[in-house]
Amino acid sequence: MTTLTRRSALRGVVGGSAVTVGLPFLDCYLNNNGTALAATGAALPVCFGHWLQALGFNPGMWVPKKIGAGYENNVQLKLFDPIRDKINIFSGMKYFLDGRPHETHTSTVQIATTGAVFDSGPIGPSLDSKIADVIGTRTRFRSLEVAYDGSRQSWSRRSGTSINPSEGSPAALYKRIFGPEFQDPNAAEFTPDPMVVARKSVLSAVTDQRAALMKQVGAGDRVRLDEFFTSVREIENQLELQLQKPSPMVACTVPKAEDEVKPDSLVETMETNSKIMAKLVAYALACGQTRVFNTWLGAQQWRRRGSSYTWHSSTHEESIDPALGYQKVVYDFIHEANQMFVDFVHILDGVKEGDGTLLDRTLVLWQTDHGDARTHSLEEIPIMTAGNAGGRMKSGMHVSAPGEACTRVGLTVQQIMGVPLNTWGTRSNETTKTFTEILT
Amino acid sequence: MSALKRKVVRAAGAGLTLAVCLGLNFPASQAATAEKAADTGVGVAAMRRLTPEQYANIIEEVFGPSIELGGRFEPELRVDHLNELGSGQLSMSSLGMAQFDSMARSIAAQVVSEKSRDIMIPCKPAAANGPDDACATKFLAHAGSLLFRRPLTQPELQSYVQAAHAASVTAKDFYTGLSLTLGAVLSSPQFLFRQATVEPDPDNRGQFRLDAYSKATRLSFFLWNTMPDAALLTAAEKGELNSKKGVEKQVARMLASHRLEDGVRAFFADMLQLDGLSVLAKDTTLYPKFDAMVARDAREQTLRTIVDLLVEHRGDYRDLFTARKTYLTQALASVYRIPLVNEAPNGSQDFWQAYELPEGDPRAGILTELSFVALNSHPGRSSPTLRGKALREVILCQKVPAPPAAVNFSIVQDTSNPVYRTARARLTAHAVNPVCAGCHKLIDPMGLALENFDGSGAFRTEENGVALDTSGTLDGVKFNNAAELGRVVRDNPATTSCVVDRLLSYGIGRAPVASERAWADGLKAAFIKDGHVIPDLMRRIATSPEFFRAEPRIAEVTKASLN
Repeated sequence: MTTLTRRSALRGVVGGSAVTVGLPFLDCYLNNNGTALAATGAALPVCFGHWLQALGFNPGMWVPKKIGAGYENNVQLKLFDPIRDKINIFSGMKYFLDGRPHETHTSTVQIATTGAVFDSGPIGPSLDSKIADVIGTRTRFRSLEVAYDGSRQSWSRRSGTSINPSEGSPAALYKRIFGPEFQDPNAAEFTPDPMVVARKSVLSAVTDQRAALMKQVGAGDRVRLDEFFTSVREIENQLELQLQKPSPMVACTVPKAEDEVKPDSLVETMETNSKIMAKLVAYALACGQTRVFNTWLGAQQWRRRGSSYTWHSSTHEESIDPALGYQKVVYDFIHEANQMFVDFVHILDGVKEGDGTLLDRTLVLWQTDHGDARTHSLEEIPIMTAGNAGGRMKSGMHVSAPGEACTRVGLTVQQIMGVPLNTWGTRSNETTKTFTEILT
Repeated sequence: MSALKRKVVRAAGAGLTLAVCLGLNFPASQAATAEKAADTGVGVAAMRRLTPEQYANIIEEVFGPSIELGGRFEPELRVDHLNELGSGQLSMSSLGMAQFDSMARSIAAQVVSEKSRDIMIPCKPAAANGPDDACATKFLAHAGSLLFRRPLTQPELQSYVQAAHAASVTAKDFYTGLSLTLGAVLSSPQFLFRQATVEPDPDNRGQFRLDAYSKATRLSFFLWNTMPDAALLTAAEKGELNSKKGVEKQVARMLASHRLEDGVRAFFADMLQLDGLSVLAKDTTLYPKFDAMVARDAREQTLRTIVDLLVEHRGDYRDLFTARKTYLTQALASVYRIPLVNEAPNGSQDFWQAYELPEGDPRAGILTELSFVALNSHPGRSSPTLRGKALREVILCQKVPAPPAAVNFSIVQDTSNPVYRTARARLTAHAVNPVCAGCHKLIDPMGLALENFDGSGAFRTEENGVALDTSGTLDGVKFNNAAELGRVVRDNPATTSCVVDRLLSYGIGRAPVASERAWADGLKAAFIKDGHVIPDLMRRIATSPEFFRAEPRIAEVTKASLN
């Protein structure tokens, strides 16, 4: 048993106003089970991930017949059988446009991520960003964004003008997390680098000018400058963390760098790279580097070598097979994407932390853009969650909410993560109702 | 001047760039003026974040071409069809900031490295193992003035010098402290955002205009896509940019400069959305010749065509759509299936050659170049719809509505369908649906005229064994093939109007507001009268008083803050 000498917050003055910068679990130690901090008995921190997989599912093939626990997976989700008790499935829900223009594959993702449709102008913030404001301020990275298709596209944003781009290259992701600036939380020795002190001091020359600059700009630019200085402050926060001995993380293992396939949107490439990226995200969580992540599958451009069709074009142009009764090519794409989700859940569940696993203290929200991508439908939208959010959420349930707004799930998830809000979304997508049946 | 010659001129100036620039001297009174402006509430408005190209250009201008950036940039944001407009809305994510910070430290380390410091830093510290405020002040005041495009205010300079002092003490090395501080300058919003400071306009009571340094910045980024040079900053310092004559003199000088090519390239790369080529991938099984190098060459081909016609020959903008003269590399010629005799010394493969398409060839104009037909295609096939939509939206500035919900597309392009063997047949069948027909009538005919180019841009005459019908109409005017489509686009009034609107928005960083409509209309009339010469249009925009006038919304904000 070690005496806890944790400093919970660093107080400082930036640009003339007092700010509170959270620090990670400094000088804290796990109990023998590795499930809690020895001194406080507090649970390991919760983590959140948003998994965006566009282009929906084949209609009529995924909704389980039984509602509640103990449901049996429908044909398209049979591959979820091994993780059935680790996830929840939500069916029957809708996106509402309220007469706004239907920017296909876009308006609906805006609703899924922000609760609102935006005709034009700034979008945001996305729900992962609001969650990161609550649980992601004490880590090296407020959040990590990855794209499996090699692109930098991302739906994560602090605002419409501050977009968190995805990392599309596993090698670059590795370097970012486990490169020279990574500090192994379980290393025996710790020596603060004086150069980090120097770097931190010169950055104050930038933040010193905040007040003078803010006085000179109009309201719009003031918001942008504020976002800029928030990002500078995050670098300062990272530097501050580098000067402190990190708390040990029981399951933290520094992975070996793996060779990536040059990123592109070929399915065969993504099958290799997605496995590497999934592991890196899991290790980043296990090593306390971040508590929030976003995974974008980039499904629209998925394709197979030699085929002139992408997943997206197939949804619109492949005929429904008269014998099978569904689009076979589309079905296969969905199956491969779902397999990646299953693999990821297995990876999180495979990280043992005492009696529990990393998945136990994580909540992954799975969302998509359309129910049936073939017709850009706004109904029967599949939604899933995985994990138990540190014991705050049940799993193994099929929840049916016919005709209700998808934002109900988003609101529930944000409340579970501690975001202080009672309502979420706008117009018909606004909701005050949560799914209490999945709360513990 | 050719790109190659330009590079040579720049290389000759390498290493001396900063030394030459350090000849600039901003008197203390200028700095005081800037501070006073801030004190009176006259504000900075409508910041634009530097684009990756602008960032690279400035680093090259200030520190020479040998500096490696050693990092990568956040993706840009396209607003109203222009990244330049997106730069006026973008802020900075934490990842973006981390990347800029990393690049800044890398650049700064190179600038103060042992091999460069004697050229880059105009003084030596009294002792290398500790701070020297006098030397740090000399370097940071001058470098900072160039990077901020205006003199540093006293508090700014003081803050950086103090930072250099502290860091030199911690690191026990003057140059390390200076390097870290230069990195901080490069990570500051004053460098990363182009700020426009406004002041009351003495010629128009109640209105606001940009101050002299902001005018210099707006001019240089508009005409050269980089920071102001020494002459322009001096003109700002002397107040010459506050007179019409002074502005005209500088604009004439800038238009005569070889750097105009950079400005024209930047605008058209933005307008034609050529950044899409940097991530364009084709299926290598179907299109084995198309690779990243071809995509890069495709961008350069179009930009060379543009510079040759519009800058070198001061030609008619509309002729871009009919021009038979273009530039090719062996790799491009191979995709186009043009037998190009290699005239390169020792058969070099990346040599650019001028090439004239024969009279009557269906390929003519930039719409038939890879930068349009391959960019606006799927990875494995062409797309008349994407091409038609791009033509309407990018070239003619017309908005095509998004497709409605709940539409069955499955008949559209089943390429194995024995009945509908060409894209035209499949689209015609699809457009029977009245919900779809309206928009497809707007976009398909022009896209179908470009069906002679497959998904990679290679020329073809048939699809699935059926001869292609490339005829159609655009706004009631008939054409029979891609070359004729180019002529019809050339003569469409929207083509002329569109480029004026785009260039104007690009220059002022936003769409014109209602009160600026008359200005835009006047520019359009003048553009036609001048023979559709782009540098003349740039001159007219850059010398308009409206170009430097604060947007009314911003003027209101500023006025309110004064009251």
